[in-house]
Amino acid sequence: MSTYSLSDGLASGPPRVARAPLLASWVRESGVGILASVAWIAFGLSCLWWEDVGDWSRTHSLGIAALVIAAIALFGTVGADYLGSAGRGLRQRAPWLVALGAFLTLWEVATAKFAWLPLPFFPPPQSIIEVYTDDLPKLLDSVFASVKLQLGGYLIGATVGFLTGVSIGWSRAVGYWVHPVLRFIGPLPATAWLPIAFFTFPSSWSASTFLIALATGFPVTVLTWSGVASVSNAYYDVARTLGAKPSFLVLKVAIPAALPHVFVGLFMGLGSSFAVLVVAEMIGVKAGLGWYLQWAQGWAAYANMYAALIVTSLLCSGAITLLFSIRDRLLVWQKGTVKW
Amino acid sequence: MVAATALAEIDAHPAAGAALDIEQVSHAFDIDSAELPVLSDVSISVEPGEFVALLGPSGCGKSTLLRLVAGLDKPRSGTLREDEARITRPHPSRVVVFQDPTLFPWRTVWDNVALGLEAQGVLKSQRHCVDAALDLVGLSDFRTAYPHQLSGGMAQRVALARALVNDPKILILDEPLGKLDSLTRISMQAELVSLWQRKGFTTLLVTHDAEEALVLANRVIVFSDRPARVKADIRVDRPYPRHRGDPYLADLRRQILGLLGLDATW
Repeated sequence: MSTYSLSDGLASGPPRVARAPLLASWVRESGVGILASVAWIAFGLSCLWWEDVGDWSRTHSLGIAALVIAAIALFGTVGADYLGSAGRGLRQRAPWLVALGAFLTLWEVATAKFAWLPLPFFPPPQSIIEVYTDDLPKLLDSVFASVKLQLGGYLIGATVGFLTGVSIGWSRAVGYWVHPVLRFIGPLPATAWLPIAFFTFPSSWSASTFLIALATGFPVTVLTWSGVASVSNAYYDVARTLGAKPSFLVLKVAIPAALPHVFVGLFMGLGSSFAVLVVAEMIGVKAGLGWYLQWAQGWAAYANMYAALIVTSLLCSGAITLLFSIRDRLLVWQKGTVKW
Repeated sequence: MVAATALAEIDAHPAAGAALDIEQVSHAFDIDSAELPVLSDVSISVEPGEFVALLGPSGCGKSTLLRLVAGLDKPRSGTLREDEARITRPHPSRVVVFQDPTLFPWRTVWDNVALGLEAQGVLKSQRHCVDAALDLVGLSDFRTAYPHQLSGGMAQRVALARALVNDPKILILDEPLGKLDSLTRISMQAELVSLWQRKGFTTLLVTHDAEEALVLANRVIVFSDRPARVKADIRVDRPYPRHRGDPYLADLRRQILGLLGLDATW
């Protein structure tokens, strides 16, 4: 943000000279916001101006909503100085608002108005809004089922992986027995177990939980193990001379020192467990977002597919955000961690 | 002054120094199935409350001897005793301050100092000792800071507080000032001496700096090259605080450097 202010302008010379930079700084600060507002007005008008080529019920409300967003963008950025941190945030995101408005306008025109992109494979924005308003109960049920399955499998996998990793890293005997098994089974993609898992487990839900736990457990185990193994001996020496017992060395030295590695494992496990979740739901489980995607495709309900994809993406991103904020809280002592 | 009350707090239960007997200790490392001798028949008898500096060429095995005294390693032959009791494992009555502060980065300064009491399970009843030790090294204002926020000298002070909070009978210093800048070093040398004088613990200091040894210790033991043998055992009978320009110390220093084969450079 420019630091040019009225008093600077007045102090630096006669008003005639001061006016130009003042105008320039105003354009610099609010120009993008005005542009964002223009882009969203364009989107709103594109909804309202032409007739739809198909039968969509939310076109009019979407157009009105776009105009409201345009108004918020305009007054929010021009009057940002009076809106505190909200105004500053809006100004900062204004370039994204421009891009988003332009993209939506293009999308609207290319699908609903002139059908440059083939229907029904490329549904217009209003039909996706329609899914969120009209098919909400089913979508929410799917979200709930997915979150439940993912959370259960992930927590089991992370816990087992963490405990296994600490044991291998700490005990030679455990390492002797577990390491070869880990090397043999770990690299196998969890989805390769799908056919076996679905007929050996009593329910598809327990089979999927097992697979998600497996996909999570492997990276968590390996990273926890490497974290514990890489703890400097100097830490143990210090603790031992101060009277630490073996349990103290594990709980208060090895584990805290290994935590940064553990979180890398948890992050990797989260990524691979998402893949397993969606595949398991598509193939075996009769609920969840993966199943919803599959079902929508079966009915050629492409708008529902895009709507479910957006929700899935938000959930996965949200899960990673949550994991990173837990990490940031636990690892405040670290310098220079990645901002998600 | 804060430090004075802190001292009174700790002096309420003073730990007198312990005697240390190193008897015919030899030690070796196995490197690529070859035996590398590092200590050869070392015998040293330290009186309670003595300040002994161990001086020798780099890599001669001084630090190995300290690890044996701390109980972190076992000697190949010979025995070490603390007040007649044989040393077989680490014990908080013998605390080491290493060359690197090795503070636990995930613990705040206060929690680092509390480490020993926590490990021994007595932290609940002795929290005030942690505060007192922090006052003693002048870092009370940094109790909630993390190690990465400290300078090298501050971190080493915290390491010192972490050792002192356990009321050690023998304080083992493995070149603790080796990596500090010369100004911090001089002020911390003075602090070490005054701590030792007030608390009366036996001190074992490994250093490669003859001047540091002479300013701090009342006995300097010079080691030979690896495998380390005791080459000379020199008493330094000078009152504290000592002056760096003292001609008596300068003379001793010349002798010591001669023993280390460095007289030509002096």
